[in-house]
Amino acid sequence: MSLLEARGLTKRFGGVVANRDISFTVAPGELVGIIGPNGAGKSTLFDLITGFARPDAGEVLLDGRPVTHRRPDEISRLGVARTFQKLRPFAEMTALENVMIGAFQRTRDVDEARRAACEALEAVGLGDRAHAHARGLSTGQRKRLELARALATRPRLLLLDEVTGGVDQATIPGLVRLVRDLHARGLTLVVIEHNMRVIMDLAQRILALQLGELIADGPPAEIMRDHRVIDAYLGEAWRRA
Amino acid sequence: MARLPGLAAAALLAALLAFPLVVTLPFPRHVMIMIFLYATLAQAWNLLAGYCGQISLGHAVFFGTGAYTSSMLVKTLDLTPWAGMLAGAVLAAALSQVIGYPVFRLQGHYFAIATIAVGEIVYTLALNWDLIGAARGLYVPIKRPDSLSNFQFHESKQAYYYIALALLLLAVAVTRRVERSRTGFYFRAIREDALAAASLGVAVTRYKLRAMALSAALTALCGTFYAQYVLFIDPESVFPLSLSILICLVAVLGGVGTVWGPLVGAAVLVPLGEGTRILFGGTGKALDLVVYGALIMLVSVLQPAGLVGLARRLGRP
Amino acid sequence: MTAEVLLQGLVGGLLMGLVYALIAAGLSLIFGLMEIVNFAHGEFLMVAMFSTFWAWAVVGLDPLAALPLTAAILFLLGIATYHGLIRWILGGPMLAQIFATFGLAVFLRSGAQALWGVDFRLVKDPLVQGRLELAGLFVGLPQLVASAGALAAFAALYWFITRTETGLALQATAQDRQAAALMGIDTQRMFALGWGIGAACVGVAGALLGMFFYVFPDVGSTFALLAYVAVALGGFGNVPATLLGGVVVGVVEVMGGLLISPTLKAVVVFAMYLAVVLWRPQGLFGRF
Repeated sequence: MSLLEARGLTKRFGGVVANRDISFTVAPGELVGIIGPNGAGKSTLFDLITGFARPDAGEVLLDGRPVTHRRPDEISRLGVARTFQKLRPFAEMTALENVMIGAFQRTRDVDEARRAACEALEAVGLGDRAHAHARGLSTGQRKRLELARALATRPRLLLLDEVTGGVDQATIPGLVRLVRDLHARGLTLVVIEHNMRVIMDLAQRILALQLGELIADGPPAEIMRDHRVIDAYLGEAWRRA
Repeated sequence: MARLPGLAAAALLAALLAFPLVVTLPFPRHVMIMIFLYATLAQAWNLLAGYCGQISLGHAVFFGTGAYTSSMLVKTLDLTPWAGMLAGAVLAAALSQVIGYPVFRLQGHYFAIATIAVGEIVYTLALNWDLIGAARGLYVPIKRPDSLSNFQFHESKQAYYYIALALLLLAVAVTRRVERSRTGFYFRAIREDALAAASLGVAVTRYKLRAMALSAALTALCGTFYAQYVLFIDPESVFPLSLSILICLVAVLGGVGTVWGPLVGAAVLVPLGEGTRILFGGTGKALDLVVYGALIMLVSVLQPAGLVGLARRLGRP
Repeated sequence: MTAEVLLQGLVGGLLMGLVYALIAAGLSLIFGLMEIVNFAHGEFLMVAMFSTFWAWAVVGLDPLAALPLTAAILFLLGIATYHGLIRWILGGPMLAQIFATFGLAVFLRSGAQALWGVDFRLVKDPLVQGRLELAGLFVGLPQLVASAGALAAFAALYWFITRTETGLALQATAQDRQAAALMGIDTQRMFALGWGIGAACVGVAGALLGMFFYVFPDVGSTFALLAYVAVALGGFGNVPATLLGGVVVGVVEVMGGLLISPTLKAVVVFAMYLAVVLWRPQGLFGRF
């Protein structure tokens, strides 16, 4: 059975259709990439899956059970964690405290949460910044922080909104390695990514969005040959890259 | 200040406990009682606003609820005010959920103004509700002799002093406990970014309501204390917007989101208020309030983190 | 209750609502520009009304003749408030912003009390007085002139914001202050101007109210609370919509007083506010 299934998800904002009739499944253990130009509706899709927005039509299923109208915190407790494209650190709290908020999903105990948070910070390579305030971290570090926070909830499914966006070139390989490690350890991931090389290399399967519609769904090699994808997005991006 | 050593805290507590034994004049005792009362109120407000980030400008609602509940129970059922105090706290907590559930959907200024609106509604209703004395107010029936169970002490303010101190210690203990628990971490996460908190599994509304219930109950306890201390209440003294604002002001002056802030704020603001009232007040000239207003502006411009923040900054070269 | 009484109330509420709208417009303008709620707005109005009163009492100037003067005084007060207070808390937390203007409110109100006491004062024998009978309805002439004046001022404000270069710069600043700064707009100047104009709106309203309303240090608080409701109804920062917000508040206030109880009319207005913001948290015409 699929871990995540979207059935005909549609979302409108005023007259603009952000997502139109999007259906796909994610099997346990998969690493799925989502690509598409700006405004294609990628982040909206994450919002629909995680309860931050309500679809006008369609359904979201986890383990085959509908969760469409659940609140974000309920979705999180069902084992789905996410990051945000525009980072949302708890600015006035330390890195450690940030991650503890995630860890508290698994325990009431403060010391236990602290231990789990330390582990998560180590895992993303932020161990030495544990007591720094989140507002004092660089963009790359905040990205890692957000990842650690999500991981600390011990999700089954992790949705990453732009792993490498806004991060300097030198940090990208480290982040990619991190994602690969997580996947190797059995985590299911759905990753929105602008950097074509990164995503083609990383993902087992790719969903391509354009103007709110799902125009392709398949392995990277196939996606790269899909003329609709090439026309819509890859052509231009590939040339630029 | 943040980690005031245990020894210093113990010394401070000992000094506070000894104070009425040394100082027997009523006025200094009264000032201390008012400091404790406002510190407790500010601490209660701090739980909701400072830690959880929900800036309520309507906390007088809960203060008045506490004051009226116990006074009415004393008056009609001849119940001991202690039972009334408990009932008032429970009622205020329940009321806070009724108010909070819809109002927590609002954010920022919309939330703050909605709490003003709720406060004004309650104030106006109290002014017109004959059962509770409407605008004429309510006299708490005088009970003799002075006793703890009567919660009235006409001979000396000493008992009031210790009760007010106990209330403050209760509020500090509750805050400390919350601060060091998962609930406290969740409060702060909600204050920083409610959406991010939700994405990590924090049931945002439930925790906001929890903060509000705690805050309202503690505030109501103070209301009962006030009623038993002054023995007369009316909407103008326990429900007005100016009281709601004063409560936050004490916390803001001291520094929100810290255990010590409300204490420091009350310790500065209350004597200042009493002092300027003696110096300039009584003439009907409101000069004390002029100074007070100027001070508020000064604090918000110079040091939004409050006096505790200022002390921290000075202590860290 | 007869239909005439209701109609009479409706007209009265409508007229007063236009004045509320002008007061609310200033509040909304300031909020739209920099997301700060001016909690001293009512006290600005009080200052305007006292200026009007003293212009009459000392120099013998009629409130209407003193109107430009009052507006100018308030304009300067707004600018001074910006430079002396607001500028320093722009980046600060919301609490600092609330308390800065709240402190100003206490300062102005108690300052007025210290200077002039708590007495109620009224301009006697103003130029416009008496009442008009129109199809069986009585309308106070000062009220009529006040609402017409408020409407005219509102129209002038609208024209200024939407048709003049400065007004458009003001709007641009409200929408995106960084982009505005990049376009070469001096945002500091715009902020100061916003405070000046916001306060001047209250100056006009104060002069108009000065024709028929008692002046006392606490006079602003009633009006300010109603203005907050009007602004929230229209949606914070949406200046044109405050016209409707103000009128709704004025009518509901009077109707609540007539149909329920005069002492409970504040309850009706605030309950309506809560109902509206809960139904549409961004106000009836909010921008998000």
